[in-house]
Amino acid sequence: MAALSIRTLSKRYANLEVLKGIDLDIESGEFTVLVGPSGCGKSTLLNIVAGLDRPSAGTIEIGGRVVNDIPPKDRDIAMVFQSYALYPSMTVRQNITFGMECRHVPKIEQEKAVTNVAKLLQIEPLLGRKPSQLSGGQRQRVAMGRALVRNPLLFLFDEPLSNLDAKLRVEMRMEIKRLHQRIGATIVYVTHDQIEAMTMATRIAVMHQGSVQQFADPDTVYRYPANLFVARFMGSPPMNTMPARLEAENGSLVVIIGAGRPDEVRLRLKGYDAAAPFVGREVVFGIRPECIAEGSRAFSGDAPVLVNAPVEMVEPTGAETMVLLRLGGEPAMARISPDIRPAPGASASFALDTRRICLFDPETERLIA
Amino acid sequence: MRDRSFTPGRILIYLVVTLFAAAYLAPLAVVVLNSLRTNEEIAQGSMIGWPQHLAWGNYAKAWSGFCVAETCAGIRPYMLNSALVTIPATIISTLLGAVAGYAVSLWRFRGDNWIYGIVTLGLFLPQQMRLLPWTIVLRDIGLINTLTGLVLIHTIQGLSFTALFCRNYYVAIPHELIRAARIDGAGFFRIFWRIILPLSAPILIVTVIWQFTHIWNEFLYGVTFTTGQQQPVTAALIALSAAIADIPQHGVQSAAVIIAALPTLLIYLLGGRYFVRGLTAGAVK
Repeated sequence: MAALSIRTLSKRYANLEVLKGIDLDIESGEFTVLVGPSGCGKSTLLNIVAGLDRPSAGTIEIGGRVVNDIPPKDRDIAMVFQSYALYPSMTVRQNITFGMECRHVPKIEQEKAVTNVAKLLQIEPLLGRKPSQLSGGQRQRVAMGRALVRNPLLFLFDEPLSNLDAKLRVEMRMEIKRLHQRIGATIVYVTHDQIEAMTMATRIAVMHQGSVQQFADPDTVYRYPANLFVARFMGSPPMNTMPARLEAENGSLVVIIGAGRPDEVRLRLKGYDAAAPFVGREVVFGIRPECIAEGSRAFSGDAPVLVNAPVEMVEPTGAETMVLLRLGGEPAMARISPDIRPAPGASASFALDTRRICLFDPETERLIA
Repeated sequence: MRDRSFTPGRILIYLVVTLFAAAYLAPLAVVVLNSLRTNEEIAQGSMIGWPQHLAWGNYAKAWSGFCVAETCAGIRPYMLNSALVTIPATIISTLLGAVAGYAVSLWRFRGDNWIYGIVTLGLFLPQQMRLLPWTIVLRDIGLINTLTGLVLIHTIQGLSFTALFCRNYYVAIPHELIRAARIDGAGFFRIFWRIILPLSAPILIVTVIWQFTHIWNEFLYGVTFTTGQQQPVTAALIALSAAIADIPQHGVQSAAVIIAALPTLLIYLLGGRYFVRGLTAGAVK
């Protein structure tokens, strides 16, 4: 059963179209992440699902029921906010029970629910404290407790980790993922952080300028980005993209970067038959940094594809070495072994994983193959 | 350490500050001193002078003995009148202002800014301009020359200020709190009562002090809309001066003025530090 169905949803403020015909179907038990840069409409979409904002057109179904005219409290949802939005004058316990109190849940049941949730989130010792006496991570946990205690059809998370420091963010990220695995809840999670999207989601909806660019599982989004925006937004550092030319040579496709230059790069493609109509035309060539490595690396498969390229800059991060190089004159980032440090200014040999190249139509910016 | 000795510049600063302080405090000093001098003493000497022996009797007389408008009960009944006007008007206008400020700042509705603008426009209307409309209103609803009428006037006039104060305090409260509470199932008044009001102590103290001092000290409405036994103490003080026009009683008058000023003074002494703090403090961290 679809836990959440969004149909041709749009939202316009005066002359500004914030959401342009969104269609999404989210299955029960899924962890869906809405990701996109700020201003892409993801938070507006979440607020409309929550009932805190009204759509200009379109319908929202939660658990098979159209909820457009149903107030937030009756939508069977719970929400975790970026600022946690804990009620400052109430204790942690009161924060968690406030919703039940509003719904007139008997005291004994409230007590039981608080105990369960507090145990699940390990916040039992905090129940008597005020939010101002809690650390960021503890507040985050209480905010989740307030959502969990409701046991709703749908959990909505609005950038819940962006107020935490980097270390805590990673911890909480794992904790939320673990929580999802344990209770199997349906979650819609908004973030601008593509790492959060990649690590937590069962499906990612990448949003840009008010529409969904791609809605797929993380591997697909990463490996087959639907368009240039998704390719450049997902992944850090992002996919290298550069203009190139597609030619046919002895019955197979060849992509040429910097065609005509003395240092042009020619790469033979296999399994890119879908790109055949683009032979003799310009394309946008995309390759992820991890698909460019030191020359001694053997990407599994056929004979290694090696190119000599000038190195411009080297950034050792400890876990790997990032190298800025030039492919046929175009800048590209490579991710090589940490112990290899090519000299800037000189040329070095790099291995390319040509099976994981992406080709885009330069006009529509859509993925060709 | 910086040299803190008296440089010429520093001496000049102290001199100017002392002069200003003396100028501001002089009237108070004269009134306090006169309130402790007997009538004869003042009559023989000048209005300004040190009491020869402390005439505490002035206070007793001013409080409960003196005759104003053919009743000889001192200013006590008028103090009571003032309290009966000031206390309810302060409480009601503060509560209404808090609800109004909360509605305007944390709930978006069509025309909210217009309504807020119109309410606060009341701040800029001169008091004299409002006299006539109020006269008509009080006459039509039969509240002329009643304390209830004054409560009504001060409540409504005070709303401009209290709504402004509270609204400016509440805009600093994150909207996500309201959203969270709405999802939790709380309505307008439950959110106000359970979440907003407990955060409001600083601003409520400010508005209460402000309203109390203004309503207590208010004179024009009191003297215009009430007469005789119904007057608040500010208006009665004038009646008191009129009643003793033949034989000046500066000592008793001064004592009456001090007594009349005491409640606002006490409120300020008790709540003054909250007042300053509340005006500058942000809402919720």
